Amino acid sequence: MTNPSIQQDAINNSIAGDIVIRTENVSIFYGSFQAVRNVFLDIPKHKVVAFIGPSGCGKSTLLRCYNRLNDLIPGARVEGKITYQGVDLYDPKVDPVEVRRRIGMVFQRPNPFPKSIYDNIAFGARINGYKGDMDELVERSLRGAALWDEVKDKLKESGLSLSGGQQQRLCIARTIAIEPEVILMDEPCSALDPISTLRIEDLMHDLKQRFTIVIVTHNMQQASRVADYTAFFNAEAGDSGSRFGYLVEYDRTESIFNAPKQQATQDYVSGRFG
Amino acid sequence: MTSPTISNQETLIESSQKFHAPRLIDRIFYWLTVLLSVGIGAVLVWITYSLLSIAFPAIATFNLGFLFSQVWNPVQDLYGALPQIYGTIVSSIIALLFAVPLGVGVAVFLSEDFLPRRILTPIAFVIELLAAIPSVVYGMWGIFVFVPFILPLLQGIHNALGWIPFFSTPPSTRQMFATALVLAIMILPTIIAISRDSLISLPPQLRQGAYGLGATRWETIMQVLLPAGLSGIIGSVMLALGRALGETMAAAMLIGNANRVNVSLFAPASTISALIANQFGEASGLQRSALFYQALILMILTLIVNMLAEVIVSRFQQVE
Repeated sequence: MTNPSIQQDAINNSIAGDIVIRTENVSIFYGSFQAVRNVFLDIPKHKVVAFIGPSGCGKSTLLRCYNRLNDLIPGARVEGKITYQGVDLYDPKVDPVEVRRRIGMVFQRPNPFPKSIYDNIAFGARINGYKGDMDELVERSLRGAALWDEVKDKLKESGLSLSGGQQQRLCIARTIAIEPEVILMDEPCSALDPISTLRIEDLMHDLKQRFTIVIVTHNMQQASRVADYTAFFNAEAGDSGSRFGYLVEYDRTESIFNAPKQQATQDYVSGRFG
Repeated sequence: MTSPTISNQETLIESSQKFHAPRLIDRIFYWLTVLLSVGIGAVLVWITYSLLSIAFPAIATFNLGFLFSQVWNPVQDLYGALPQIYGTIVSSIIALLFAVPLGVGVAVFLSEDFLPRRILTPIAFVIELLAAIPSVVYGMWGIFVFVPFILPLLQGIHNALGWIPFFSTPPSTRQMFATALVLAIMILPTIIAISRDSLISLPPQLRQGAYGLGATRWETIMQVLLPAGLSGIIGSVMLALGRALGETMAAAMLIGNANRVNVSLFAPASTISALIANQFGEASGLQRSALFYQALILMILTLIVNMLAEVIVSRFQQVE
């Protein structure tokens, strides 16, 4: 088992700059089942942080706690403390709707609304009380997601008429339209072809000038291409026999891939398991 | 080579020509389905033909003027359908005005996670049970329980808002408005059940996507889920409208069968099916023909509703 205090020291040493989200000794439960155990992990501002690890290691579960989307799952419970700009996300006084307005999310499968391309983007802005020029915002968001040139002549068409890669960029566009501080991406390219994947990876390099990005990925090359920091999670059988996920190592991406400190990380990034 | 049923000596043609019981059953089954589907089409044609042929004397006598005449006089053999057409459409529309918001609201409630599953399932079952109540029971309940119960309220509306033409007559014990309310209760289960199915079958990613943008539950329901489930909801409304238009027993018992168009909803009125149910027993000659003419009108009305439903549903499905 990893020692929490040692891990925290390691993180403090390796993460530079402002911290946007701080994860302090977080464990996540579904009912009595513990999915994630004792995670310490800080997300630095305007960087891309990748979560990698085998299936069932709890990386998506943790990601969904950052914008309280796990609230939707009956029985989900978070122990420990997740702070966003110093405020406990799970404070009873915090409205999850407000959390999600500041911490946006792009999902594994593209999920545009069955509305026009224009309205897909305008929806989030409207519900967030955007009063400015909507046409301008739609164009700016679509340009930001590198989609404008492909859709500028068919903004009234359904978002579902686009290809998978375009749909995913539309979902990114509607997320950046609400100007969140952080964008969470849950395997955003796993349903896309390699060319669409590359476009979205390029996009992430641009987006991190303005946003902090946390991406869950199964694709290690992707993590090494896009991420400044990489967190490797693993799963282990607990006392009761059920598997739980935990953070093995978190460091600069080069260190994780070239000079990992843990044997498990070494085994995983070199493809020996997982 | 190792398959026991195919010998090496047989060509493909030979083995295809050989007798196989499964192949014969396949052919028989094909022709059986053809026969059955032709049969159901034939019944439809038969009904339409009978309606047309028996209604023909009335159609020839009154032409389209039948649609605009308020006379129903078996003594002088003069007939018109305006009060029935008006009553059928207006009672159905009022029923929809009440049943659609209520039904869609209940469907939303039942499709959200407001209640634990073990409470939801019995509720959904009871709602579907509402659809199984025979319409004559609704009629009796309306006459003896519901109308007396609601009459004081309607009287109050008349007293306060009597200057509005719709409420201008004192509420009668047999009247359009109360009938429409009972119709609304009758069509509620249809709207609830089908709308709920269409909402439940929406992909959960839609909800997550909206929540992920910081939408509240209300915004998610109103702006994402309901528009996405609209084709199913409209389908349910059209089915309900079809039922309200054709509903016979409850309307015949409750509406008062007054053969005139009265703007006041609190006055007795009539519907096509109520008129037919009341008169078919002693009708003969031109009167019977006129009843068939009315039946034909009702059939065309419901046909239009069904076609509209198809068009609307397919249009919204293209958007999805």
